[in-house]
Amino acid sequence: MSTILPPSDVIWWKVPVDRSEGLWVGIALLWCLFMFAMMPIWHIYGNQNLSNEAYRTHPEVFQDKVNAMVDAHTVRKETQWNVPVVKPPVGSDVYMLGKKWQWYPALELKKGESYRLHLSSMDWQHGFSVQPININAQILPGYESVMTITPNQAGEFTIICNEYCGVGHHFMTSKIYVTE
Amino acid sequence: MSSSKALFRMDPGSGLFFNKSAETLMKVNAITAVVFLLIGGILATLVTATRMPTLHTLPTAQFYQALTAHGIDMLIIFIIFFEMAVLYFASTALLRVRIAAPRWGWVQYILMLVGAVMTNYAILQGNSSVMMTSYVPMPAEPLFYLGLILFAVGALIGCFIFFGTLVIAKEERTYEGSVPLIVYGATVAAIIAVFTIASGAIILIPTFLWSVGLVSHIDPLMYRVIWWALGHSSQQINVAAHITIWYMVAGLLFGAKPMSEKVSRTAFLLYILFLQLASAHHILVDPGVSSTWKVFNTSYAMYLAVLASMIHGLTVPGSIEVAQRMKGLNNGLFTWLQKAPWGNPVFSSMFISLIGFGFIGGISGVVMGVEQINLIIHNTIYVPGHFHATVVLGTTMAFMSATYFLLPTLFGREIFMFKLAKLQPYLFGLGMAGFSVFMMGAGTMGVARRHWDMAFTGAPYAFEYPAIAYTLMGLTGIFAAMAIIGGALFCVIAVGTLLFGKKVDSKVGFMGFRGADSYTTDRPPLLERAPADTVSHKDIGIGGFVAPGTFIMALVFLATFVLYYFVNWKYLSSVWGLS
Ligand code: HEM
Ligand SMILES: [Cu+2]
Ligand SMILES: [Cu+2]
Repeated sequence: MSTILPPSDVIWWKVPVDRSEGLWVGIALLWCLFMFAMMPIWHIYGNQNLSNEAYRTHPEVFQDKVNAMVDAHTVRKETQWNVPVVKPPVGSDVYMLGKKWQWYPALELKKGESYRLHLSSMDWQHGFSVQPININAQILPGYESVMTITPNQAGEFTIICNEYCGVGHHFMTSKIYVTE
Repeated sequence: MSSSKALFRMDPGSGLFFNKSAETLMKVNAITAVVFLLIGGILATLVTATRMPTLHTLPTAQFYQALTAHGIDMLIIFIIFFEMAVLYFASTALLRVRIAAPRWGWVQYILMLVGAVMTNYAILQGNSSVMMTSYVPMPAEPLFYLGLILFAVGALIGCFIFFGTLVIAKEERTYEGSVPLIVYGATVAAIIAVFTIASGAIILIPTFLWSVGLVSHIDPLMYRVIWWALGHSSQQINVAAHITIWYMVAGLLFGAKPMSEKVSRTAFLLYILFLQLASAHHILVDPGVSSTWKVFNTSYAMYLAVLASMIHGLTVPGSIEVAQRMKGLNNGLFTWLQKAPWGNPVFSSMFISLIGFGFIGGISGVVMGVEQINLIIHNTIYVPGHFHATVVLGTTMAFMSATYFLLPTLFGREIFMFKLAKLQPYLFGLGMAGFSVFMMGAGTMGVARRHWDMAFTGAPYAFEYPAIAYTLMGLTGIFAAMAIIGGALFCVIAVGTLLFGKKVDSKVGFMGFRGADSYTTDRPPLLERAPADTVSHKDIGIGGFVAPGTFIMALVFLATFVLYYFVNWKYLSSVWGLS
């Protein structure tokens, strides 16, 4: 019963390792190195990488930027909550904020074009989650993150919140419409 | 208490020596753990019933309240109380030594109990439904944080008693040579615990002060980084603890030796060396931390903690295989496994823990911890799917295995309703495995975690998940029901055994506690080195492999891992371009 007894060999660290074990350690180490390498490789060759661009901000400052975009580019209003749908110029900076309990506003983008999407929270932490494609990012108050998105399909995408933010968590939905 | 007056008894079944003060502390910690498992299980039932779209049992606020309590009572309170019992067991019973500072052991217990009750009380009041992570700036009541702080201080005391006991064993020369592997593994768990609790103090004390108004602002990103240094490393404690139990069961039931002391101990050491900022894998899609930081800290350039778990995954069953082959079960690839005691719940719980942790919890954890793949998994219900496979299928089932061993040895009671106890691990294990896998599936379809209503009733924009997401949630519910029955059965068997199990000797009292008449002041004999093998490694196995069956299983594991890893990259490559 040696796992529960002191090792039988006095100099146990010099006992040679058996083949099944030695080979496995080698294989496992190679696999781990490979998995490590995949992350930097994807940064170079892959198309889905979260940007590192983020700034400290304040809720009021961010709100002003959102309002400016909404005032300039709203094309219609929707739902009983009167959510503005914004159609920003291709390639421009677009903004979306999370607050208890709404994503604001909705966006209309063009397929295959890139936009710089700015995200921040007005109050607590929220989870920006694009469905049904299932892209997810954490949104923090006081931080403005910027990611360049390039929608590759046309259609209607729903933004939901997947960081718990209180009893109204499940009300937080908005849309990104992607047109041809 | 001086060493000459310390009381000991020998358990005739296992040959272990129990020190009276340590034994009582192990019992109260283990019993309290099971009480919290029971409470957490009742909450799990309510939470699961609410998450099932067809039942949707609890109202919104009560759902989040129950979920907060479920996470805390299970992951923190149940697990850490049980770990205290494991630490006292590994140090005193295995090294045949008295416990250092038994009075401080009671301080440990009472602080943890008061802390646990305080935090639960705060949650019950209704203003602290902030989930166990309590991400700022969402506020909880001051008592919520204070309870957790007291609980942590108690646990820290428990770790120091463990270290003190090791020192006494060394000074009093109670054992020959190096400490047994199990004690080494428990030491690794305790060292990680100290780091964990320090991180906890750094973040929870300021948060407590913030909740009473003494600190004005806590940066949410800093909170997340430090909180996860607590949250992640505590999972590393659990891993070290449950792997220690796997090795222990291999030794107790099969007389197994580690295939190589050197490899197993080095693998344990890797957990300490490569743990510090593994919390990074919880922050992979956060703003304000660079990719370089994320990539480096999740993997430390080469995933050495993952390597360590892959090594244990081979060496634990490998050591059983070697022991079985030495006993004559040397034919074929898997005779040793076929002839294992599948009807003994100590073994079946342990083996299901090993397979479930590796194949379901381990693979999914590494895959979602890849910086870019996390984008398609973060905060979906895939995440609770993953960690129910690690912390329930892995850790909790290992603790159940240890309980089945401790009931007769420590508590002196034969297992009550043994026929059901034989079945219980399969019911719980299969239920949990299905529950985890189907939640992971639903997460892949985008279903959010910590979410009251997957139908988004009352939201400005309606959204409906694909029908398959609903099917997967339904299957999750069915398997959860199986796991809940299995879990309830475990609680009934454990408590029933304490109250009604046949006493192994006439001195066993209420709930398995013992009076002074069970003990003597005789010092236990020296714990000698394990006897040398009587069969040479050269005479067993196939083609120079002493554990060929295990090696094949390891290759199957690797193939599953590689396949699943690339499936996820493929899925990632199909979503919108992001940069
Ligand atoms: C029969 C047993 C169990 C069932 C059916 C169960 C079920 C669940 C469900 C449905 C959730 C909610 C997922 C969500 O909405 O995000 C959950 C969360 C959780 N469970 Fe369990 N659970 C069980 C046992 C355990 C055990 C034994 C542990 C720990 C040792 C555990 C730890 C957790 C944790 C930490 C959470 C996350 C809470 C949070 O998001 O803050 N569970 N469980
Ligand atoms: Cu939310
Ligand atoms: Cu972690």
